[in-house]
Amino acid sequence: MCVAIPALIRSIDNDLAQVEIGGITQQTNLQLCPQAKVGDYVIVHTGYAISILDQEEARETLKLFESIARVAAEEENCR
Amino acid sequence: MKYVSEFRQGRLASGLIEKIKRSSHTPVNFMEFCGSHTVSIFRYGIRQVLPETVSTLSGPGCPICVTSNVDLDKAIALARTPNVIMASFGDVLRVPGSFTSLQAVRAEGADVRVIYSAIDALQIARDNPTRQVVLLGIGFETTAPTIAASIMQAKQEDLNNFSVLSWHKLSPPAMKSLLDAGDVAIDGLICPGHVSIITGSQAWEFIARDYGIPCVVAGFEPLDILQCVDMLVTQVENGEAKVEIAYTRGVQHAGNTVAQKLMKRVFEPCFAQWRGIGAIPGSGLKLREEFSKFDAEQVFDIAPGPTREPKGCICGEVLRGVKTPIDCPLFAGACTPENPVGACMVSSEGSCFTYYLYGGKNA
Repeated sequence: MCVAIPALIRSIDNDLAQVEIGGITQQTNLQLCPQAKVGDYVIVHTGYAISILDQEEARETLKLFESIARVAAEEENCR
Repeated sequence: MKYVSEFRQGRLASGLIEKIKRSSHTPVNFMEFCGSHTVSIFRYGIRQVLPETVSTLSGPGCPICVTSNVDLDKAIALARTPNVIMASFGDVLRVPGSFTSLQAVRAEGADVRVIYSAIDALQIARDNPTRQVVLLGIGFETTAPTIAASIMQAKQEDLNNFSVLSWHKLSPPAMKSLLDAGDVAIDGLICPGHVSIITGSQAWEFIARDYGIPCVVAGFEPLDILQCVDMLVTQVENGEAKVEIAYTRGVQHAGNTVAQKLMKRVFEPCFAQWRGIGAIPGSGLKLREEFSKFDAEQVFDIAPGPTREPKGCICGEVLRGVKTPIDCPLFAGACTPENPVGACMVSSEGSCFTYYLYGGKNA
């Protein structure tokens, strides 16, 4: 029920945005995310954007995972 | 897909799994509240890669599963009412009520339509001005604001043939009720990511503070879940209990305040009946008096008759985390996705369905 996926906003007309999800264009309502702009990724649930995806946080999280993987690989090599 | 595939990389998963294995010493039982988490955990084989010290347990976070037969019977009775179009999210159709399902009454001629969004229900109402359109409002905090938005829109357009049967439920009161019942021991809570987008991580603070249980909000990709488990293990090993977020690209402490305001404007908390858990005060959402014109409970005189529960089905205990689907004598025998007895075998995020799909009796 709570499935939601990231979508890239291509254009906005009032409350409605054309968003791209994996190459498919779809219409999404922005009433719950009025501050969203073109170029933002929003998390879409049942036709409504419910959150603006924080791209900086996403990059930071992936960087953290990279460093964890590096440490794990180094420890593996030391064994 | 951007911001999806990056969080599915096997190489990075290996690092997180190694880290969890190194730091986990105490045997722990973590509950994932959300049914979508259960699905991800099974789909990506996460149980199989975690160390023996870490177990995961499904919680009550499947809106379709926790809908009571009393409510299902009401929807079925409404769908049979002349001139009514019932607009529903897909999974609900196959859930058996006391005697029949929405799908069965549709086959008998009732006009039940599957929608993707509340917006679709509004369009059906505009297109059918002489019919009454009832939207089945089901879901937790993730979905409730979208239904609230559709009700505001209907008010703005002064639609006279649109109403909502509100089954919305709130997650934190359900978790509180489970913990107060005390029949399941949890060492950490994998908090629902998309509910928390709306409520903020703040919604779970009472669990860490009052029950001493570590809480981490997680996204739904495998790396999100592994990160969450790692953070929970770290809290347990350090003797801490606090609320953290392992899904910082989506969730903030305060949540989506626009959505919260809209939800509060349209709905007020009420008693709600949960399958398997019972009535929980303040755990449901009903339409405020100002919006009674759009409240299907007010618009229609619904009399579904007596209810009954399926014999032998243990959905209730599964939803409370007291038993697992494989403990059920009906599992994969009398109860299958093709012929479901209980709601948890119908919903694509029901525990029984997920166990069946990803391992049958060997799950």
